[in-house]
Parts: sequence; structure tokens; C-alpha cells
Amino acid sequence: MTNSAAPIRQVRNNVAELLAEHGMSQSEYETLLQVMGREPTLAEFGVAAAMWSEHCSYKSTRVWLKQLPTKAPHVICGPGENAGVIDIGDGQAAVFKIESHNHPSYIEPYQGAATGVGGILRDVFTMGARPIANLNALRFGDPSHAKTKSLVAGVVSGIGGYGNCIGVPTVAGETNFHPSYNGNCLVNAMTVGLADANRIFYSAAAGIGNPVVYVGSKTGRDGIKGATMSSGEFNADTESKRPTVQVGDPFTEKLVMEACLELMATDAIVAIQDMGAAGLTSSAVEMASKGGLGIHLELDKVPLRETGMTAYEIMLSESQERMLMVLKPGHEAEAARIFEKWELDFAIIGQLTDTGRLVGWRNGIKELDMPIEPLVEQSPVYNRAWEPTPAQPDLNAADYPLPAGETILAIAQKMLATPDLCSRRWIWEQYDSLVGADTAQGPGGDAAVVRIRDTQKALAMTVDCTPRYCAADPVMGGKQAVVETWRNLCAVGAKPLAITDNMNFGNPEKPRIMGQFVGAVQGIGEACRALDYPVVSGNCSLYNETNGSAIMPTPVIGGVGLMQDVSKTVPVALRGEGETLFVLGETHGHVGQTLYLRDIHGKETGSVPHVNLAAERRYGKFVRHLIDERMITSCHDVSDGGLLIALIEMAMAGNIGFQAEALFPNPVLWFTEDQGRYVIATREAEKVAIAAAEADVPLTRLGTTGGDKAEVKGQPAVALSALRAAHENWLPHYMKD
Amino acid sequence: MQTAIVVFPGSNRERDAALAVERATGKKPHIVWHADTDMPKVDLIMLPGGFSHGDYLRTGAMAAHSPIMREVAARAEKGVRVWGICNGFQILCEAGLLPGILLRNASLKFVCRPVTLKVENNKTDFTNLCTPEQTMRVIVAHGDGNYFVQPDTLKAIQDNGQVAFRYLDNPNGSIADIAGVFNKHKNVLGMMPHPEDAVEALHGSTEGKVLFDSVAKAFA
Repeated sequence: MTNSAAPIRQVRNNVAELLAEHGMSQSEYETLLQVMGREPTLAEFGVAAAMWSEHCSYKSTRVWLKQLPTKAPHVICGPGENAGVIDIGDGQAAVFKIESHNHPSYIEPYQGAATGVGGILRDVFTMGARPIANLNALRFGDPSHAKTKSLVAGVVSGIGGYGNCIGVPTVAGETNFHPSYNGNCLVNAMTVGLADANRIFYSAAAGIGNPVVYVGSKTGRDGIKGATMSSGEFNADTESKRPTVQVGDPFTEKLVMEACLELMATDAIVAIQDMGAAGLTSSAVEMASKGGLGIHLELDKVPLRETGMTAYEIMLSESQERMLMVLKPGHEAEAARIFEKWELDFAIIGQLTDTGRLVGWRNGIKELDMPIEPLVEQSPVYNRAWEPTPAQPDLNAADYPLPAGETILAIAQKMLATPDLCSRRWIWEQYDSLVGADTAQGPGGDAAVVRIRDTQKALAMTVDCTPRYCAADPVMGGKQAVVETWRNLCAVGAKPLAITDNMNFGNPEKPRIMGQFVGAVQGIGEACRALDYPVVSGNCSLYNETNGSAIMPTPVIGGVGLMQDVSKTVPVALRGEGETLFVLGETHGHVGQTLYLRDIHGKETGSVPHVNLAAERRYGKFVRHLIDERMITSCHDVSDGGLLIALIEMAMAGNIGFQAEALFPNPVLWFTEDQGRYVIATREAEKVAIAAAEADVPLTRLGTTGGDKAEVKGQPAVALSALRAAHENWLPHYMKD
Repeated sequence: MQTAIVVFPGSNRERDAALAVERATGKKPHIVWHADTDMPKVDLIMLPGGFSHGDYLRTGAMAAHSPIMREVAARAEKGVRVWGICNGFQILCEAGLLPGILLRNASLKFVCRPVTLKVENNKTDFTNLCTPEQTMRVIVAHGDGNYFVQPDTLKAIQDNGQVAFRYLDNPNGSIADIAGVFNKHKNVLGMMPHPEDAVEALHGSTEGKVLFDSVAKAFA
């Protein structure tokens, strides 16, 4: 055909170079030649490279991710759509997902983080849900590393800049520092939305001849090959990748969101998909492929921000705030009116066809003509070699005593002023956590709690991962990440319903790294099955390596739970004097991989604390029962730093002191990180003790609340004000230096 | 009492304001789009918080020129109560309906935290249920809340009882700790803090409610 674009070798004679640029292997290229039955055009090659990138195809992880439990009676939609959907009763559904924007955030922290938030918000409102909360999980390098401070400042500012403007409260998050992230920070953003259970929108196209509509911002040259960039390691020329980072416009996204939600309230939409990674390519292919149809695109009709853009550039642009939808015939005018009201571009750029092919025309030339099903079916899948992570020795707490002359509380005070335990107030005060007037509990709690407007119900949500556990033992670390979200939800009184996972790992082509991934998936799967807590959405971010050095395995879990009565929310903060404090669960004295061992003894060694899934399930249920019966006033799960740190956090939050019993002959047990524990405060000590005995839940009296000091019997007390100063000052001081 | 809430592209606290108004008055407010030129007859016009037009020029600068703002100015002139919160305050300043201007926070960072306000003038339709010098715990959530006026204007508004609230713990560097101001006739109020997010137990403070109750009482 004379009007078809030239085959690739007429444009670029060095195919090897082209493959390297696009991260496509020679064998993948050969598969592509088979799929096409001829040599591809440059645009076709770009489409295939993006579709088959790790980022879009999950080629290294698919065989393992399939093993995760994704079903439960309350799951409306599991992984595979833009976000997971769960039934929360009364005809309503919670829609949520977590997604990484690690590579872009390292290259350009403000825009990288901002567009990460924008992308996940789009995933959620694309499903027909109004976003009601944002969360984030951040990992930065050593505080003394030259880049860390500017990354923290830029990422936090970017997350705030986007979320604050669009008016979705940022209600929870976590932040860690560790040298393994020096060359590769992690920015994982999660959005939770609310929809009517019978008004969920999916991406499967239907109806031959139906119009394919483009809405939102214009398409520019930003973010071209972003998906391929995210599927490779970093090296010395990372700075030169800045142009592959997209620029965010939260104002436009707000308009796109309002316009989409307005249109969704009508009966006009058949299918909808946001243009995220690999832009128009992935959205068009995904919609057509899920519907078993073809799609005809007239690329001249795509609203463009720049002149002279080629088919290749249009197909691969990752310009933000764009959506693709299929409308019912005859609804074009109705849709156009809504988008014009919101001053957004609206263009019919094609139709669905019965050919099963992706066809694209530009300037009268057929630039694309690819068979969709084979392209998706032949997408590479690798069962990569992996090796298990070597087991670490169990350590004995007695071998790691308090340094000579130190008291328990002096150690606690030191630990509270370390990067991983200090207050994150400097971060979360830059996020609007209250817009919407439904935030019952924002940052600083075990889980955030956001009311479902016009009801007494609320959604609780949290993000958690302990990378140092995952590095030492990926299976146990994966389990622990899941149970920590479980505990955090139970601790506020919510019933945990489902999770979303963000799998951040190094280069999967290295068996050691692949082994970490495999282990974490096994651990997560085991925990989810034991707790009836399915995975409904998720995201993988691999190749988090710089100059061959990988991040710690970081499978971040986002958990969502339901509260029937928001007024029963239990905070971390102590609320009254003279209450009884208990620790629920058992303290065995597991010292390996604790913050105490790392930050006081300078050792990152040993096995990780054991997770007992049956006990976690029983204890969590018991805590929810106590909260439901209003038998406890405060509750805090025991995690990083151990029991005494948890207790002091409760005291600082409520500005009420405590007197604790000298529970342990070896004071190091105040800092060990045994799992399955909660600290609770109650005015009904006897009732709680009886209930615990009946439920076969171990309960130990810890002490009483009151005064303005933290005290462990037999040791000098420390004023809460001094502990608070230590806790609050580290981060602002660090950021100011 | 009838209320209209003006929604600009980028407003995001209109639902919070509507809920607080409805709680105080028992009536759902009218929602008015910025591109409209007319609005129903109302006793109170609210300009809610948000990022109108993305705050891409100066905060509130573009919204101040929205078609509806001519009508807002005309109604204010006739004595209708106009209440701008956060971005609404910025818009009212840009539109010349209130003195002064809101600059970038002194910290150069967005700040979301509870603050304590002192009521400076309890003899207005917005504050009539407040005791003299009453304090209230409400939140701020803004990047540009640093109130500034020239010294002579500062003296004039202080002398004329136009300072509505002062911060006891100034979060943004505002001149003379000013958190909210009235116009000369006290029928237009602008304030940076968010009383609409402090009206029920769930919010952790109900101390913003008195302002909504005051307006409701003024028109009871």
C-alpha cells in the first residue's frame, strides 16, 4: 500500500540500537515480527515496546501474582481493572488502588510525586468513584546523603501540591529512611474512592461503530517512553532522563474529574480508561482487547499541544489528565456539552471496529495496523530464575543489653529522635487532611478514618511495610506487612476488608532479587488467605537499582476496612487519667532486625519477628469487639520500636503520662518487636480482663495513665515535654539545615 | 435564611460549607456556577475554599473576574452578607471587596493545622453569638494566607473594628496576626481559617459552629 508508513529499517537502520533504547530484547522483537507478519513501522514498534515493557506487561511477575488470593464474597472487582472494588453494604462500594511513581520522583521530585498522585486519582475516578482520601508511602535514602533532603522537600511538596489543589484529603502515610534508597527513592500513592455498587465503570469496549472519545488536557511530548524508562535501572546519566517525566496540572485534573463524574451520572458511557503509563497506546489497546474488538484511530483529531507531533509521539505521550472513553451512539452532544462547561478538550478520535486490529492514521498515512489479540496474547511472560534469601540466625536479647549507664527511658528518648521514629508532622502539615469535612482521624493515628457522608459508616485505611524485615526474610516480611495493616485497621475499630499491594523491588533478572519478590508474594498470599483479606488491586515497580545496587525489597500494603459507627473510632491518644493500660499479645523478646538493634547497637542483623497468623486473626477480632462494646478508650498497635515506644506515642498524642510496671527482668524487652501486640487503655479493667480470658487472648497489665511524665517503676521518670521535643524536633531541624 | 454558594472551577470546600450551612439553617444552599451572571435572592453569599483556576496566577486573581463576581459586588453594595473562606477570602481581596491581600505563607510551605482564633468584633451578623474576645479552635489549610495591608490601611481597619479574628498562634506570618477582616460596613467577611470544618464532634472541634449559628440568628 502506498499510503502506509515505511517499515522501521527504512527509518532507523540500526535495529539493535533501537531495541536497546526501548528496552526490548532480540527475542521479543522476533515475536513481534511473527505477530505482525511483517516488519513494523516505527509507531507500531513503539506501541509494542510500551505494551511489552515490564511496567505495562508485568512479564516478570505475572506467574507469581496469579498466586495471590483475589476473591471473596465482598469483592466486586479484583485486579485487572483501573482499581479494585469492594462492597461495603447499603449499595455502596469502596474503590482503591496503590501505585508507584518511583523513577520519575527521583529524577524530578516535585512533578514525579505530583503526577503519581494524579495518576492514582484518575485510576479511581475512572471506575466511577469520587475519591475521598489519599495516602502515601515514601522511602528515602540516608539522611546524610547529598540528595535526600531535596528529595524529601520536593516529593512532599509535590504530593501536597496535587492533592491539596484537587481537594482530596491526604489522611495517612509512612516514611522511612535507609541507605538502600540513596539512588532510588520510593513514592507510592494510594487513593480510596466511593461509588454506588451498581454504577461501577469498566474499561471493556463494546458496540462496533461506537465513538471513541478523547477528553482532558492536550497531548504534548512529555513523558514519551516513560513506561520504558520505569522498566530500566538507573545509572550515571539519570539526569538526562528528566524530559521523560510528565508535568502535573491538578487544576485540570479537578475539572476532568468533575466532568467525568457528571457524565457518569448520565447514561452515556460504555467504557472508560485513563491514559496513564504508555498513554493512548495502553488505553486504546486495553479497551479494545477487553472487548474483543478493533479500534480505528484518527490521530489528526487528537488535541495536540505541540506542532509536528508524529504518530509515534502521539501514541506514546504520557501527558497527564487525559481520558479515553467509548460513548453510546447519540450521546456525543450530551458529553460534549459537559466537557465544554468544564472548559476541557473533547474530541471524537475514532470508532470501534470488528477487525480486531489497532489502526491509526496520521496526515493521510496509515501509521499503525496491528492485530490486538496476538499483541496482548504474545506479550512475553518470564518465569525468571530465583533463589531464596538465606535464613538469618535467631539472636538472643540478652546479648544486646542497654548500653552501660543508660536507662530505659533515656534509650526511648534517643530512639524517638531517630529518622525512622521521629514525628512526621513536618510532612503531614503540608497536606490538607481535612477537606471534605469527613476526616474523623487523619495523620498520626494507626489508621485514618474517613466518614461516608450522610451515613454513620466510615472507611479506615492504612499503608504499611517494614523493608528491613523483608530484606532479612521476604516471606515473613511479606506476611508482616499484611498483618500490620490488619492490626492498624483493627486498632481503630474497623473490620479489615481487602488490600492493594505495591511491589517495589530491584532488578528481577537477578535471581537474588527475583527470590525476594517470590518470597514476598508467598508471605503476602499466606497472610491474605489466613485472614480472608484478599488483594483487589496492585502495582509492581521493578528495576529499582542504581549502578547495580538494589533497594531493600519493599512490598507496601494498603489496607481498607469498614466501620459501622464512626463515633466508635478509637484513637492512639490517651484520653483520661487513672485508666488501666494493658498490653494484648505476647512479648517473647525478639531482638533481631529491631530498630533498637539498628539504632542503638548499630546492627542490621538477625532473623525477623515471627508472625502467627491465627493469633493475629483472633487478637484483631477481640480488639474490634472491645471497641464495638466501647470498653476501651485508646488503642495502638505495637510495631517499630517496640512496646515502650508505642506507650510513649500514646502518651504524647494525648498529653497524658503513665506509670508502667517493671514488667521485664531484661529491660531490652521494652524495645523488642514481637508481633501481634496492641496497647489498650480502659476504664473497665476487670471487664476487659474477663473478656480476654474468655477469648483466650493473652493480656498483661502494663500500668496506669496520669500525670505529665513517662515512668517505668524503679527508673527515673522523664517529662512528656522532653520526649515530645526529641520526637518533634528531628525532622524540622534536619530539613532546615 | 437563604444561602448561595458560588462554585468556581477549582473550588473544593463547597461541600464542607454547604453542610455547615445546612446544619445551622436547616436549608440546603443554592449552588451557583461562576459563569452565571445572576443568582437567586439570598441573605448570604458564600465563596468557598479551594484553588480557583488552579491558583496559577495570584490566588483568587482570575476568579475575581468571573462573570458572577459583578453580581456579588452589586449585592454586597446593597448590604447582602458575603462570606469568603480561604480561597474565597483571597477572591474578595482581589475583587476589591475587602482591604489587603494574601501573600505566600512566611514558611513558603502549605500549612494544615489547628489554630486558635480570638474574636475581635462580636457585634456583627457573623459573630453576634460570640462573647467578647471569645477564642475558637479551627483549622487552617493554605499556602497563601499571609495577610498584608499598608500601615495606614491597617490603622484604619483596626480603628473601624474591621479586624474580625486574630491568630493566637500565627501560622503564616499575617500582619498583626490578622486571620479575618470585614469590609467597612461589616456585611462582607473574609477569613483564612475553616470554621466549616469545625462544626461537629467528628471534626475534633465544634468551635466554628458559632459563626454559622450567628448568621442564622441574624436572619431568623
